[in-house]
Amino acid sequence: MDILRFITAGSVDDGKSTLIGRLLYDSKSIFQDQLEAIEKAGQVNGQINLALLTDGLKAEREQGITIDIAYKYFSTPKRKFIIADAPGHVQYTRNMVTGASNSDLAIILIDARKGVIEQTYRHSYIVSLLRIPYVVVCINKMDLVDFSEEVFLNIQKQYLEFAKDLDLKSIHFLPISALNGDNVVDLSSSMPWWKGSSLLGFLEEIELRTEEDSPAPRFPVQNVIRPQTTEYHDYRGYAGQIRSGHFTVGDSITVLPSGLKSKIKAIDTYAGSVNTAYAPMSVTIRLEDEIDVSRGDMLVVSGKEPITSQDLEAHICWMDQKVMTPGSKYLLRQTTNAVKASIRSLEYRVETSTHEKKEQASLGLNEIGKVTIRTAKPVAYDPYSQIRGTGSFVLVDEGTNQTVAAGMLL
Amino acid sequence: MTDLHRLSHLDQLESEAIYILREVAAQFERPALLFSGGKDSICLVHLALKAFRPGKFPFPLVHIDTGHNFDEALKFRDDLAERTGEKLVVRYVQDSIDQGKAVEEKGKFPSRNAIQAVTLLDTIAEFKFDACIGGARRDEEKARAKERIFSVRDEFGSWDPKLQRPELWNIYNGKIHVGENVRVFPISNWTELDVWEYIRKEKIELPSLYFSHQREIVWREDLVFPVSKFISLDNTDKVETRTVRFRTVGDMTCTAAVESEANTIDDIIREIQVSRTTERGSRLDDKRSEAAMEDRKKGGYF
Repeated sequence: MDILRFITAGSVDDGKSTLIGRLLYDSKSIFQDQLEAIEKAGQVNGQINLALLTDGLKAEREQGITIDIAYKYFSTPKRKFIIADAPGHVQYTRNMVTGASNSDLAIILIDARKGVIEQTYRHSYIVSLLRIPYVVVCINKMDLVDFSEEVFLNIQKQYLEFAKDLDLKSIHFLPISALNGDNVVDLSSSMPWWKGSSLLGFLEEIELRTEEDSPAPRFPVQNVIRPQTTEYHDYRGYAGQIRSGHFTVGDSITVLPSGLKSKIKAIDTYAGSVNTAYAPMSVTIRLEDEIDVSRGDMLVVSGKEPITSQDLEAHICWMDQKVMTPGSKYLLRQTTNAVKASIRSLEYRVETSTHEKKEQASLGLNEIGKVTIRTAKPVAYDPYSQIRGTGSFVLVDEGTNQTVAAGMLL
Repeated sequence: MTDLHRLSHLDQLESEAIYILREVAAQFERPALLFSGGKDSICLVHLALKAFRPGKFPFPLVHIDTGHNFDEALKFRDDLAERTGEKLVVRYVQDSIDQGKAVEEKGKFPSRNAIQAVTLLDTIAEFKFDACIGGARRDEEKARAKERIFSVRDEFGSWDPKLQRPELWNIYNGKIHVGENVRVFPISNWTELDVWEYIRKEKIELPSLYFSHQREIVWREDLVFPVSKFISLDNTDKVETRTVRFRTVGDMTCTAAVESEANTIDDIIREIQVSRTTERGSRLDDKRSEAAMEDRKKGGYF
C-alpha cells in the first residue's frame, strides 16, 4: 500500500469541506462518536453537516469557514490518503500554498451553477506553479443543474481553454454532487451519461510518479553521527533523507558546495546495512575518505551534479504582513541548508487570476512574483521543475523568525 | 527503477518521522522527547533509535508523571530507559500541587490532565528545553488535525491556531525567540491503525495494558473505567470484573478501557479495523466540550 497526498481547492461555498466529509462518510472512515458530535451540532437542509468534520477550530465553526489547513486521513484496501483541506479565501492563499507543497494531486472544485470563476484561475495557477502532478476538476452541485451533461461539458471546455497557458500535465474532470454523494465514492444513477469512475475510484487507481525514479541522486546531509564510543570509535556517518534517485555502495560522490570527492563505503540503517537506498529513505551514509562534510552539504553522484550558485532566480509566494522590498535580507532555508540571502530585484508580480505579469516595487501578503536572490554562500540546487526536493526553499525573517516566503527555483 | 522499490506507506511514514527527529537534533540546542509510556511515545523512542544509532539520542526522555499513572506503564518506562541506556527525566504533578502552583480538581471525576501543563511548563523552564517532541497524531482530534509538525508555543506554552507559521514541503523552521519553544510531532501523519501496523512490523514491545486482561471496573457515562485508588466510588457505582484492554493509555482517572478479548497485535489490528469509535472516544477529558482539546492546547497542554 502506498500514500496519495492531495489538496482540495475551490472558492468559499463550493463545498470543499462537504466533499471531504462525503469522501470520509461514504468510504466509512468516520467513527460513530465523531458522527454523534456533528449530529448534535445541527443539520443543514435536513442532512447532517459533513463540513463540520473538517472545521476543527472554534473560530471556524463560529464563522462557518475554513481558516487553516486541516489534515484528514483515510484508507481503502488499495491506498492510504492524506487530505490537506485548504481554505478558499484569497486572504489564506499562503495556507493553500502550504497544503499544495506536499501534494501529489489537487482537486479543484467548481460550482456547476457558476462555472469557472476567478478563484478557479487563482487556484489552478498555484497548482501549476507548485507543479502538483495531477489535477482533478470536480464540477460540484450537479444536482442543482439537473445533472446536465451539457453544463458539465461546457465547464470542461471553459477550463481547458484557460488551462492552455498553464503547466498542468494531467487534468481530469468529474461531475459530482458532494452533498448527495453522486460520483464521490459511488457512481451516481442520476448521471447515466457519465462513463468514468467515481472520484474515489480515480484516486485509488491513479499511478503515482515519485522522485525516486529521478536520474539525479540527491542526499542533503542533516546530521553527522559520531558515537565516539569504544565500539564505534571511528564511526562517522552522514544522516539524511534521500531526496531523489538512488545511491549504491561504491558510487563516486561529490560533496556540494565544496566539490570534494569520495566514494560510498556503506549505507547504514538501524536494521542493518543496505547495498542500495532510494528516495525517500532516511539512511546514514559513510564515505571512504575523511573529508569535511557537515549539515547543509549535499552528497550527489559524481557526473550528475546540480547547479551551484550564489545568484538564484525564483518564483516566490509572499506570506507575511510586512511587504517584501528588494534589498531586504532573509535567512534562506533550502534542503537542510540555511544561508543568508538578499533579494536583489523583483522582476514582476503575477496576477494569479489572469496570469498577467505586472511591474511593482514590492510584494505583499499572498502575492506571487519572480525575484533574483544573492546568497552569502553558494547553494547547490536543481530547478524546482526537475526536483521539488532540492528546488524549493523558504525565507525566514531573522527579526521575527517568521517564515515569510515560499520559493521555487528556476 | 521498478515498482519493487516503492516504499510502503509505513516505510514512507517512518522515513518522514526519522527526518523530522533529525531536524530537531540539528535545529535546537536543548530538545526533549516527551514520553508518557503510551504506544505513540514508545514508537517515537523506536524511531529515535533508527534516527540516531549507533549514536546516543541528542535529547533526554521526559515524563510528566501525574501520579495517577498505571503501574504497568511506569514499570515499562523505567525498563525502556534502562534497555536503551538513554537518560530519563521525571517530574511530578504532585510537586506542582504541593508548591501551590496547580490546584487539583474537585468533584466526582477529578482529572489531573489539565494541570499537567503546569508541571510541563515548569520542566521546560527548568531545563530550558527549546523543543519538545511528542507523539500526537492529527487523526486523534479535530484541533490536532490543524496543527503543524513544528508548532511554536510562546513563553506561556500557548498555541495560537490563527497564527501558525506556513509549513512548506519538508522544510521546517525551528527559529524561535528566547523563552519560546516548539512542539514537534513526528508522527502527525500517522493514524491509529498505522501505529499498530508499525508496532507489528517492527515487533515493538508494549505495556501489558494494551492486551486483554481481567480488571475491576465501573461504568461511567457508558465508558468502562478501571477501579483504582484515584477514583472515588459511591454507592451508585457497581464494581464488576470484566475482560478489557486499553486502546489509549493516559491517567487511570481519564482513560477508559474497552471490553475486548484481543491479546495479540493481530487481534488488536482486526479490532481497530472494525471499530466504530475513535481512540479518543475513550478519553473523558475530550468529552467535556466541543473545543476541549483546543482550549487545553491554548493553555499550554501538550
